[in-house]
Amino acid sequence: MWKWLHPYANPEVSYNFTNKMLPWLAWLAAIFLSIGLVWALLFAPADYQQGHSFRIFYVHVPAASLSMGIYFAMAVAAFSSLVWQLKLADASAAAMAPVGAAFTAIALITGAAWGKPMWGTWWIWDARLTSELILLFLYLGVIALHSAFEDKNLAGKAAGILTLVGVINIPIIKYSVDWWNTLHQGSTVSKLGKPSMSLDMLWPFIFCFIGFSLLVGVIVCLRFRNEILARNSIRPWVRELVQQNTTK
Amino acid sequence: MKTLPKQSLPPLISANNLTCIREERLLFDELSIEIHAGDIVQVEGPNGSGKTSLLRILSGLSQPYDGQVLYKAQAVNQCREEFQQNLLYFGHLSGVKGEMTAEENLAFNLALHGNDASKTSEYLANVNLLGFEDSLASHLSAGQHRRIALARLYQSDAPVWILDEPFTAIDKQGVASLEQLFIDHASRGGCVILTTHQDLISIKPEQVKKITLDYNSDCAFD
Amino acid sequence: MTLKAQSAELTTTTTSTEHAKSSVRLSYRHAFMLVLKRDLTIAMRHKDDIINPLLFFVIVITLFPLGIGPEAQTLSRIAPGIIWVAALLATLLSLDRLFKSDHQDGSLEQMLLSPHPIFLLVLAKILAHWIITGLPLILIAPLLAVLLHLNEQSYTALLLTLLLGTPVLSLLGAIGVALTVGIKKGGVLLSLLVLPLYIPVLIFATSAIDTAALGLPYSGQLAIIAALFFGSLSLAPFAVGAALKVSTN
Repeated sequence: MWKWLHPYANPEVSYNFTNKMLPWLAWLAAIFLSIGLVWALLFAPADYQQGHSFRIFYVHVPAASLSMGIYFAMAVAAFSSLVWQLKLADASAAAMAPVGAAFTAIALITGAAWGKPMWGTWWIWDARLTSELILLFLYLGVIALHSAFEDKNLAGKAAGILTLVGVINIPIIKYSVDWWNTLHQGSTVSKLGKPSMSLDMLWPFIFCFIGFSLLVGVIVCLRFRNEILARNSIRPWVRELVQQNTTK
Repeated sequence: MKTLPKQSLPPLISANNLTCIREERLLFDELSIEIHAGDIVQVEGPNGSGKTSLLRILSGLSQPYDGQVLYKAQAVNQCREEFQQNLLYFGHLSGVKGEMTAEENLAFNLALHGNDASKTSEYLANVNLLGFEDSLASHLSAGQHRRIALARLYQSDAPVWILDEPFTAIDKQGVASLEQLFIDHASRGGCVILTTHQDLISIKPEQVKKITLDYNSDCAFD
Repeated sequence: MTLKAQSAELTTTTTSTEHAKSSVRLSYRHAFMLVLKRDLTIAMRHKDDIINPLLFFVIVITLFPLGIGPEAQTLSRIAPGIIWVAALLATLLSLDRLFKSDHQDGSLEQMLLSPHPIFLLVLAKILAHWIITGLPLILIAPLLAVLLHLNEQSYTALLLTLLLGTPVLSLLGAIGVALTVGIKKGGVLLSLLVLPLYIPVLIFATSAIDTAALGLPYSGQLAIIAALFFGSLSLAPFAVGAALKVSTN
């Protein structure tokens, strides 16, 4: 059943595959993002209560949900690396961590910027901002642990264990923080189905969301390639590649 | 292999195509070894050639980059508990606690590995530590620490001994008695895998198999 | 093939009888008690390890009134938070000892290579750690609560949350130590890894104490801390075992 996956456990095959995928992903990301952002920022109607400050929503919400999504993807990678000893899964988790941290930071900063006009203050200890902040700490922990080990393979395993511990804890932390304090306005996206969000707001949001997801894909692929090269630097195919590139 | 008749038994420990990479340096590549009951194997090579790494991989402490270690033709990962019951590993560090006395240290080490810990002073006498039973290990010297750890060898019933530099900080007389112990152990059907920078005195060269690790990934086994 | 396997088994039995000098297989309970006793013995002979985190706990707590002001009302309002944050930090400070010295002198390798399941030995070490650091915190906490004018109705809640919560701190902290034990400057990293995991305990414990001060039932919060305790009790030892294997690699 999983036979078709086997070739991709080979670093060289995966490297070439990501190479082929990259231009496609990059173009798609560029198209979706430019359409989505231009539409969202220039043409979509302003919110009747929040005015133009509402437009930050088109960046904030995709960033926030991707920050969670990337952590989950990292956990899946860490799990498969620990259980099936897939070395490349480690590399992909290592590639994802800084991207996830960056998106968490974006979500926090845009959240604060949105909070200023909404609540009149940059920071509120509300449940979602707080769990996002804690998620950032978890990301930073994984990154710091990864860079503390000199051996990349060990670093990957250690960071993988921490990621899994984190992913078990995220729902608990989220629940406890929610319970601790709920001030945030009711969830906006879950109301998408209801008429509370009009279609001319929904469509640019969907474009933005897909665009940002593709952007994550592009950056992760770029970093994934580097990780593969760094981990296989003593392999002949990597040496050949380097020679080809230096002679060019 | 020249001295011993070919046995039909699977080797006690064997390694298939081991590859070890440390800090982006290839220590050994595609190394395959077979170690039978009765073998005394000495791993040789200059500093940094991967002797310790090899012993740690064989003992299961480290994972090889590639390849696998077999215990009685069974992958070590599959029979970890059985393997560890039959393994005695002795590393660079002696694992002696300064806060405990020589006797307590030895008793703990023996009990942890399921050996009888009732006659510790007898075993300490084997390694010339009689009279030090009740001294805190922190008051003893490095050589005495190693002796405390080595005293376990006299009581171990594990057939596989993996010893990393067992003779460090041990005096001549101690080395001789340890070598005799290794010979006895091998003749009882155990195997000894060791590294040492000293020449073996009482173990004759033809009794010792050698694994030579070299910088340039040329691994020879004879 | 089967024949070979049989003969192999035969020789093992013969070699083991030859070797047999009365080998005693330890039961799980014995192995657990062995490690627990050893760690407690070491701690009793090295009392700094017990006293220093405790002193830290006391000093941190006395700093707060000095920084905030002596008004009894303010202090009693923030007392649960102060006590719990100080307890987190004191535990964090003492975590290093859990595996560090064993890693440095090689006894950790020996434990990993012993025939016993790792989680069992790890659990014994964590229990020893809790007895050495968690228990003294619980014993001295009421005294500090007096200094902070904690509401009288909250004392039971304080003790119960500490009793259920400090083992969680030891268990989760052990994961962090196991991951960082091989790293030279792991101390600061450890706090970055472990403190976010402590947040749920902190939230529910302080909330239970606050609720108790209002004279309301706080069994819900206690139940959640108990759930956290049993969850980490069953999962953390395995994570610690895996992490130790990575760290000693």
